[in-house]
Amino acid sequence: MTVETAVGLAVLWPLAGIGLIALFRRWPNVRETATLLTAGSLFAIVAKVILPAVMAGGRPRLDIIEVLPGLQLAFEVEPLGMLFALVASGLWIVTTLYSIGYMRGHHEENQTRFYICFALAISGAVGVAFAANVFTLFVFYEAITLSTYPLVTHHGTEAAKRAGRVYLGILMGTSVGFLLFALVWTYLAAGTTEFRPGGILAGQIDGWQLIVLLGLYAFGTGKAALMPFHRWLPAAMVAPTPVSALLHAVAVVKAGVFTVLKVLVYVFGIDLLASTDASRWLTWVAAFTIIAASIVALTKDNLKARLAYSTISQLSYIVLGGALATSAGVLGGGMHIAMHAVGKITLFFCAGAILVGAHKTEISEMDGLGRRMPFTFGAFLLGSLSVIGLPPMGGSWSKWYLMLGTVEAGQLTMMLVLMASSLLSIAYLMPVVVRGFFRPPTADGHDDQDGEDSPKIREAPLLCVMPPVLTGIGCVVLFFYADDIYRLLMGIVTP
Amino acid sequence: MTGGEADLITRVSDDLPALQIAVPLLSAAICLLVRRARAAWAVAMVVAWGSFASACVLLSRVLQSGTISYAEGGWRPPWGIELRIDLLNALVLLVVTGICAIVLTASPRSLDQEVWREHHHKFYALYLLCMTGLAGMTITGDAFNIFVFLEISSLSSYALIAQGTTRRALTSSLQYLVMGTIGGTFLLLGIGMIYMVTGTLNIADMAVQLAAVGPNRTVLVALACIGIGTGIKLAVFPLHIWLPNAYTYAPAIVTAFLAATATKVAYYVLVRFVFSVFGAPLAFGELRLDAVLMPLAIAAMFAGSFVAIFQDDIKRMLAYSSVAQIGYMVLGLSLASVSGLTGGLVHLFNHAIMKSGLFLVMAAVVLRMGSTRLDAFAGLGRRMPFTMAAFVVAGLSLIGVPLTVGFVSKWYLVVGAIEGGLWPVAVLILLSSLLALIYIWRVVEVAYFRQPPEDAPEVSEAPASLLVPIWVLAGATVFFGVFTSLSVGLASAAARMLFGVEL
Repeated sequence: MTVETAVGLAVLWPLAGIGLIALFRRWPNVRETATLLTAGSLFAIVAKVILPAVMAGGRPRLDIIEVLPGLQLAFEVEPLGMLFALVASGLWIVTTLYSIGYMRGHHEENQTRFYICFALAISGAVGVAFAANVFTLFVFYEAITLSTYPLVTHHGTEAAKRAGRVYLGILMGTSVGFLLFALVWTYLAAGTTEFRPGGILAGQIDGWQLIVLLGLYAFGTGKAALMPFHRWLPAAMVAPTPVSALLHAVAVVKAGVFTVLKVLVYVFGIDLLASTDASRWLTWVAAFTIIAASIVALTKDNLKARLAYSTISQLSYIVLGGALATSAGVLGGGMHIAMHAVGKITLFFCAGAILVGAHKTEISEMDGLGRRMPFTFGAFLLGSLSVIGLPPMGGSWSKWYLMLGTVEAGQLTMMLVLMASSLLSIAYLMPVVVRGFFRPPTADGHDDQDGEDSPKIREAPLLCVMPPVLTGIGCVVLFFYADDIYRLLMGIVTP
Repeated sequence: MTGGEADLITRVSDDLPALQIAVPLLSAAICLLVRRARAAWAVAMVVAWGSFASACVLLSRVLQSGTISYAEGGWRPPWGIELRIDLLNALVLLVVTGICAIVLTASPRSLDQEVWREHHHKFYALYLLCMTGLAGMTITGDAFNIFVFLEISSLSSYALIAQGTTRRALTSSLQYLVMGTIGGTFLLLGIGMIYMVTGTLNIADMAVQLAAVGPNRTVLVALACIGIGTGIKLAVFPLHIWLPNAYTYAPAIVTAFLAATATKVAYYVLVRFVFSVFGAPLAFGELRLDAVLMPLAIAAMFAGSFVAIFQDDIKRMLAYSSVAQIGYMVLGLSLASVSGLTGGLVHLFNHAIMKSGLFLVMAAVVLRMGSTRLDAFAGLGRRMPFTMAAFVVAGLSLIGVPLTVGFVSKWYLVVGAIEGGLWPVAVLILLSSLLALIYIWRVVEVAYFRQPPEDAPEVSEAPASLLVPIWVLAGATVFFGVFTSLSVGLASAAARMLFGVEL
């Protein structure tokens, strides 16, 4: 198999999985095996075939078709997309295991539709990761939006439908209103929408136009959840937890920040941004989002809502990294895609495990749960530390490079923002762990002697607990393997 | 094959332009004579698919060897009546005959429910007559002939609409008749005035003579009359008031047919007059047609979509959506540039496919649920999965999701607007497509996430005879969204031809 075919195959692979899932819809065990096999083999294709080629400096390219003159549907793998595809496909395996435990433990309905839409979304994420130009990226970006809509409205309740409207409204609204506009504008200005090292806009447009176009891209990518277009992410939390975990902490939101980062690096070009200062305003928007979302997170008692706002805040780290327009900033931003993904998915897994095992969603009700669910809360601690950015957790490296980036750019205010955000994240994440481990269980219920109708609290099923433990350990492992990611991403700044 | 046979085939194929009109016209009479529903349908099917095949042949011939000029009865133009087929109307003819054939294929089951069986043969006769008129308007090279064919198609469409099951079909038909007659009269007035100035009725000749005369008040009034006349038939905002009623109360098959063809041909006639008779410099430069049409087009895009959002009858919702979509086509024309007109023409092609598909879905829903009110859609996502999936696909295309035809149209319109320096218009195009998201998603949400009421009758999936045509059209919205060389290639070649830009 040539690397080029592997690239196309990686995008189509989850779709083939859909066929199997639909075929075996009556036999849940076979159906889940099919998903698992698809996820595993997808990761194998990405990691074993495509990754070595990209590490060796190759840029495998696959042209599909020219849809309109100058608008190619094409794939080309570069380091950033490589990393995103690795993260999305790798975590899909873990999430599938978790889904099996969660969806059955929580007695969810319409599971076939759930697994099908999930696979569709992954196909979209891989497509976004490998897109060779803005047009292809836009196609798969919209595919992700549409395929995740049924996951958000999964429960079909009035609240789910309302959330679905917010979700679709903001994501489609920004992408059609701004991103598509930016796509047309780029096409007319540069005559192409291809991602090229150094960008394609240098010498084509300048001054205020550059700033407006950047704004269209940054806000048009609603999935990056820059304020004020972030409301869809908390709304999406009505979805089953595996969706929140993989899609709304990893695939969907990372597709958003990935898009922003990729456009900054390969459409505008870091040099152009650095020399014109066109992205300075974006650092301020990102900084505002980082701080404001962290503060909102502090006020949320619902664990998933708190994590959602934490995600909004962390996503803006990546936007900030790109907007700094320095190589360290871009490296840090790229690295944070992976680091935050593993950390945040752990936290969401834990939130779901707590829901399945203890039927609790509010943080204030979690006193003492850690003693009954030590693995879940232990994993939560690991994930929290990584998101906060403390060693020996993977998250510390990306934060390190982001801080270097602020120094390189001479924007020390931004460094203060990052530090403040670390403190805030300690303030909104640690209470969960502290309550779980150190507070005595509240009197109103979950002690065993407390009455027969009170639900018995214990660890969730194995398939619900093992994934967060795995990804929690992954956070530690990433601390020691950050060098590999660093070498992969170096390909962006030194082509 | 003997020499004589080969000779005959060449002669017949040389006469294809005339046959394109004559065969459906005569077959309409045959339909009346056979009097049996299915037999009449069979006749109509043969004729419609034959017409489509002939349109394909004509198109390929135009592509190979340029414009076809056919002198009816051997009388040379400009004295005789000329049938003239170039890139522009070859494309329109392809759309009209193609949609005619596909919708006709889907019709029997739906008609069984909506039209009395004794009337079926008359229905098919009218259908073929209407097709005759539309094809005639499309390929004739004679201005007065356009009026004649317009009346043939209009009169038969009034009768088709009146076949609707409710009594409101009659008033809708009457409303359309009154409006349509006014429109036809305006068109005739306009043609008469040009005739007064130029002394000819041949379109190509008119252009030559008119260029010699130059702009004067009569020409201006002629353009205004033709604009209003075609504007009514095309349902340009605010001349659209006949359309929602006519589309809502006509039988679903008729709506699918007319929505995809009648307004498209009216658009073609407008484009033909503007470019081939008046010429772009005169129409846009001197007479400022673009300044009139653009605000109306934008108003249509928003008013149509906005009203669509609040409709409880989904068929009516789609009718208002048509008003908005016609706005896009007119906007393309008013941009007065190659990209803009390409957008308008390609949207003619694209909208015909998606709207006929959507209205055929309505036919399927009426067949199973007896109603197209929003409530009737509850739970249909599960009970009519293939029908509703087609609705979603065509609906996404209406919104303009990439890799569907709607995206292609929107792309060219936005490019045209930005190229013309009309940034706000580009923004408005994008914003208005978000309104489509709202009205399509209302239906999607109900179909997939609302439980049907307890006492709802058990319904099954639509019959294959409807499902296949529906999916041909839904598939086409994706196919032509990816493989755009036919639609975009023809539309942009036609646009360049009309603007006199080198091919």
